[in-house]
Amino acid sequence: MGATWVFAEVTPEGPHPAALELLTKARSIGGDIAAVAFGPGATAAALELGAHGADTVYASDESVFADQPGRAAAHTLHALIGRHAPSLILFAGTYDSRDVAGRLQALTGSTLMANATDVEGPARARTEIFGGTKFVDVDLGGPEPRLVLVRPKSFAAEPTGGTATVVSVDAVVPDSATATVIERHTEAASGPKLEEANVVIAGGRGLGGPEPFAMLDELAAAIGTAAVGASRAAVDAGWVPYSYQVGQTGKTVKPEVYIAAGISGALQHVVGMKGANRIVAINKDADAPILRIADLGVVGDLFQIVPALTEEVRKRANS
Amino acid sequence: MNITVLAKFVPNPTGTPELGPDNLLVRTAGDGALDPGDEYGLELALQLAEASGGEVTVVSMGPDEAIAGVQRALAMGAHKAVLVTDPALRGADALVTARVLAAAIARQPADLVIAGAESTDGYTGTVPVTVAELLDMASVTAARKLEADGDGFRVERQTESGYDVLGMPSPALVTVTAGATEPRYPSLKGIMAAKSKPVERLSAADLGVNDLASTQSVAAVTDAPPKAGGEIVSGDEAVARIADLLAEAKVI
Repeated sequence: MGATWVFAEVTPEGPHPAALELLTKARSIGGDIAAVAFGPGATAAALELGAHGADTVYASDESVFADQPGRAAAHTLHALIGRHAPSLILFAGTYDSRDVAGRLQALTGSTLMANATDVEGPARARTEIFGGTKFVDVDLGGPEPRLVLVRPKSFAAEPTGGTATVVSVDAVVPDSATATVIERHTEAASGPKLEEANVVIAGGRGLGGPEPFAMLDELAAAIGTAAVGASRAAVDAGWVPYSYQVGQTGKTVKPEVYIAAGISGALQHVVGMKGANRIVAINKDADAPILRIADLGVVGDLFQIVPALTEEVRKRANS
Repeated sequence: MNITVLAKFVPNPTGTPELGPDNLLVRTAGDGALDPGDEYGLELALQLAEASGGEVTVVSMGPDEAIAGVQRALAMGAHKAVLVTDPALRGADALVTARVLAAAIARQPADLVIAGAESTDGYTGTVPVTVAELLDMASVTAARKLEADGDGFRVERQTESGYDVLGMPSPALVTVTAGATEPRYPSLKGIMAAKSKPVERLSAADLGVNDLASTQSVAAVTDAPPKAGGEIVSGDEAVARIADLLAEAKVI
C-alpha cells in the first residue's frame, strides 16, 4: 500500500484543527504518512503536523494558494501525486477542502467519498445517514489515490511528538482564468469560538427574529465559557451570520453541554451537534424531533425559560 | 448573459427517507421535488438574465420523474431545459455525474453556470467544482451574493469566520447557499407557459459519456446504537433542572 496523505489547511496562525484529527486517524491506517500544506504558514505548520504523525510535510508558503482558493492547490497536489503515488488522501469536509478535492477528482479520475465519519483504508470508509441512525460502509474502487472528505471532529487529535521532514514544493498554477480574492471580512463573535466552547447555546426558527439572540448572548455571558450558535433556518433568514451555523453545512461542535433553543432538530442540524456530551433542548412543541435526542428535553416557552435560566446561573455563580 | 442552472430532483425533503434492498434510496413516484437548495441559484440566474436580456437553461440528471423538477424550474421562468435520463445512470457516483453534467453544459456554452452549494439528499457538495475543472472554468463556491461586474462577476463567499469577496472573469461557475436570495413562486401564467417550453431529453451515450462504472459500492448498512431516551420536563422545575445539568457537567 502506498502512503496516506492528509491535505492540511493552514493559515499563518497554524494548521486547521481537522488536519491534526486526520493525521491521528492516518496513523491507525498504517504505511507512510504525509501532510500537504499550501499557503502562507505552511512551513511553520510542519512542526505541529509532524507532532501529530506526518513523516513528511510537502509545503509551499506561496500566497497564490490563499488568493486563488481551490484551483492552484488541486493542480499542485496533482503534480505531487504524479511523483509520489499515494494510495489515499484525506481531506476535511470544509468548503475550502471540498473545492480542492472536487477539482482534483477531475484531474485524477479517482473516486471521491464525501461526509465520511471513519476511514479503514484506501479501500473502505464509513459514513452515517439519516441523522446518524445508520452506518454505511462503502467500498472504494478505481484508480488511486482514493479521495475521502471526512467530517470535522470525527476523531480526537492526539500528538505523538514526532518530527516531519519538510519538502518544499513549487506551486502549479494553470494559465486559464481563475477566481481571485479581493477582500476578506471577519464576522467573528466575541467570546470563545463555537468549535472550542465548553457550552454551545444555539437558536433556531423558534426565536422568531434576530433580536432574541441577545437573550442567548446574555445566557452565554452568564455561563462564561459558552458560545452562541444557530440552526440553518436562523442563518438563512438572515438573523445571524453564517459563522454561527451548526450542522451539515456549518460547523460540527462537541461541547460538554449543547443547549438548543427553538430548534426543531432537522437531520441537517443534528449531524453537527449530536456528539455533544449532554444535550438540552427547549421547545414549545412536545413532538419536536430534537426532544428525542436530548438528554434533557424542556417543553415550554423559551422566552420565559432562557431569561430565568440566566438569572439562576448568575445566582448560583454568586452563592 | 446566458446562464445554465444545474438542478437536481430529490426525494421529498420533509419525508422519511428509506433504503431499498439495493441500498439505494427508495424513490416513491410523485414524492420528489426540485431540490429547494437549487431554487436560490435559479432565482439569481433569472434576475441576472432579466437584467441583461439573456436566457436561462436548466440542466438536470435524474430518473424520468425528474421532469417534475425541470417543469418547476421552467414555471419559475427558465427558458429551456436539458434532462439527462438514463437507467444506466442510476446510482451514478460523483465523478460520473460531473462528467455527464459537464458534457451537457459544453453542448451549449454559457457565460455563467450556477448550482446549489450541495444537494439536500446526498450533500456531497463537490460535483459543481469537478464540473468546473472538467470544463477548465473559474469557480467560486458557497456564494451568498453574486453580481455581474464588467465582463465578469463579483461574488461574496462564506468562510468559517466571515466572508471573502472574489472577482472572476466570464465564463465561470458559482455555487450558492440558501439565503442568497428569496426564490419566487411560479405564477399560474408561468406554470401554463412551462408546458410549451423546450425540454431536450438525452441519454449518457448521446453526450458521449460511456464509462458509467461507479467507483463506490455499499458494503454494509448497520443500525447505529440507539440513544437512550432522555428526561422530559416542563413547567416550574425546568429552569432548576437545566441549571443542575450545567452544574453536573461542571460548566458553571
